[in-house]
Amino acid sequence: MSNQDSNTDIPCEQQTVKFYQTGTFTVGNRLLDEGCRTVQATAERANSLDSGHRACQGCGQALGARYALDAAMRATDNKIIAANATGCLEVFTTPYPETAWSIPWVHSLFGNVAAVASGIAASLKAKGDTTTRVIAQGGDGGTTDIGFGCLSGMFDRNDDVLYICYDNGGYMNTGVQRSSATPPAARTATTMPVGDNPGSSFTTGKFLPAIAMAHEIPYVATASVHDLHDLERKVEKAMTFRGARYIQINVPCPLGWGSQPALTIKLSRMGVECGLVPLFEAENGKLTDSTKIRYRIPVEDYLKLQRRFAHVLKPQNTHQLDAIRQIAEDNIKRYNLV
Amino acid sequence: MLQQISGSIAVAEAVALCRPEVVPCYPITPQTHIVEHISTLVKSGQLKNCTYENVESEFASMSLCIGASAAGSRTYTATASQGLLFMMEAVYNASGLSLPIVMTLGNRAIGAPINIWNDHSDAMSVRDAGWIQLFVESNQQALDVHIQAFKLAEALSLPVMVNMDGFILTHAITRVDMPTQEQVDQFLPPFVPRQKLDTEAPLSIGAMVGPDAFTEVRYLAHHKQKEALSIIEQQAEEFQGIFGRDSGGLIKSYYAEDAEIVFVAMGSVIGTMQELVEELREEGHSVGILSIRSFRPFPANAIDKALANTRHAIIFEKSFAVGMGGVLASEIHMATVANDLKISSVIGGLGGRTITKKSLRKIIESAMQDELDTEVFLDLEGTTVVRELRRQQEEQNSGPVAENILRDMGVVSASKTH
Repeated sequence: MSNQDSNTDIPCEQQTVKFYQTGTFTVGNRLLDEGCRTVQATAERANSLDSGHRACQGCGQALGARYALDAAMRATDNKIIAANATGCLEVFTTPYPETAWSIPWVHSLFGNVAAVASGIAASLKAKGDTTTRVIAQGGDGGTTDIGFGCLSGMFDRNDDVLYICYDNGGYMNTGVQRSSATPPAARTATTMPVGDNPGSSFTTGKFLPAIAMAHEIPYVATASVHDLHDLERKVEKAMTFRGARYIQINVPCPLGWGSQPALTIKLSRMGVECGLVPLFEAENGKLTDSTKIRYRIPVEDYLKLQRRFAHVLKPQNTHQLDAIRQIAEDNIKRYNLV
Repeated sequence: MLQQISGSIAVAEAVALCRPEVVPCYPITPQTHIVEHISTLVKSGQLKNCTYENVESEFASMSLCIGASAAGSRTYTATASQGLLFMMEAVYNASGLSLPIVMTLGNRAIGAPINIWNDHSDAMSVRDAGWIQLFVESNQQALDVHIQAFKLAEALSLPVMVNMDGFILTHAITRVDMPTQEQVDQFLPPFVPRQKLDTEAPLSIGAMVGPDAFTEVRYLAHHKQKEALSIIEQQAEEFQGIFGRDSGGLIKSYYAEDAEIVFVAMGSVIGTMQELVEELREEGHSVGILSIRSFRPFPANAIDKALANTRHAIIFEKSFAVGMGGVLASEIHMATVANDLKISSVIGGLGGRTITKKSLRKIIESAMQDELDTEVFLDLEGTTVVRELRRQQEEQNSGPVAENILRDMGVVSASKTH
């Protein structure tokens, strides 16, 4: 992070700043020195994903992508090529002949974005270009399900690609069907709240950050769109590594979650504060840091703002609520969240 | 320089002379020796400025080609059979994005039943995928056509697939004339991409196209393939000028123009047919061969012209559309519909079954006597087929067809009685 405009001589990463103002959850960018402020505060921001696209109101993915890409641009002196899986982000940014991308951008297929990005990286390597960097991005379906083979291959070869998964817990572009990243009990179009076990199953699912860690790639992180400063920091940090890197960003989806568009930031924060969305970093397969929960909240406070979990809060489904509470407990222990 | 090497090694060496920058590969029989050899050339430093990627699947392999080609690199891969099917979605995508990737297809049958031997089912499965599809008759042609393929792909910004018969060509050790680097450099200029992912000039590739423009985009793909018809001919001439060999082109006629009966075929079977036709002509018969070297684009006019004086065309194919028949036969029928041409479709060489000169002679002799049916399966074991059909009629649970037939034919000792 640049410290050029700093009012003090203390490097940004060492400045102890109370981000959260008393009594609110507001992340206070203005409490930082100018040079340490988040990228959206500067007029020089790249606007990699520009305005005028067709995302829904309150789309967490549009927000996450905009900040992630601009942070990567800042970290690489605007030398980013992005590849995109089929999905919401691809569709809402590039209805022919319009494009919201001001960076070189390619979309090929749903299940191959990691491999396409590997191909771009291979091309740069062949040409001896060490300054241009590659980002692959996709939703959770394109990442944990149909694109999983290509992603694992990219990790295995340690290709110089940062893969960003925007995780909204389902196939929202296709009409809200279950993916292997859909949370247990969540209502989707293929896991309706009917029968004895309403909503999505309590099977293991695929928590991709842990699978990425098992590949022992240089850097893995999770982030969420309520804390954009943390998201940007992780993206910029990822760009300091060579090889395969993976960042999964929790992106609320008003359409798929059945939530108010105005609550996207709040839900992003609540997911983290209840323990269901652990934020952490790992290097070479080992956990290096995790974001502590500041004000722990009950999971039901988070669930009740989302129609996809409405059935969980009914008296006959307390077994589901208990199981979800247990998942939060397990996350807190596993990722050291308190 | 003359060398005694296998078809696969010849292709790998020719590809290396074309200075590819990215080669992602996944091994599949019978293409393995190509990708193994290129891997060694890169690893040993003989092939410089080239990234070789040993990937996890054919789907990834073609997807890496897409990324690398879109980033402006000359890109090559090879596959066959099931591998082509596994990468199918990306195969269509590469042509849809107009990326000049070159791919070798070591032609092989498609299962089930699993079969690793040669036929053309794989190539035919992608006949509508928008790739240029060239076929070669010999290893010398395989080598030569790969050099032309890069130039053709880059001139049109379209992907090119070079089809060579698996095992029959890939594994056959023959004498080939390997060109020099200087010759190849003279023929093939450095790659200048029509579209490129470039941070200095950002553009979006792969946008969503709705009903308002999709027809036009698809029509242009068709138009470009038709443009290729003349470019393929021009490049074959230019190639002959530098390398001194007739390789490539749209079609090749062996006595077809003045023959009453003409075999039409693609690939290595032309060699067998040539021997037969020489014999028959010595015996005084008016027979010839038309080799289809470019299957996509389909040179309908050139074929029509070449068969203008032919009475009976025997279209020989190593694959067929199940439930319809010979694909090449029906396309040639379309191409020659204005002619008074009799067409017979002969399907043979499936799953690697040997195509003998003797069997082909029987076919052509029955054509001479006007006794050849419009659809023939070469050397079909009729009694085995009838036996299995009867079994299926008599028993609801007659079991898996392939295993029944193997047992009937005594190919394997059956462990199971049924």
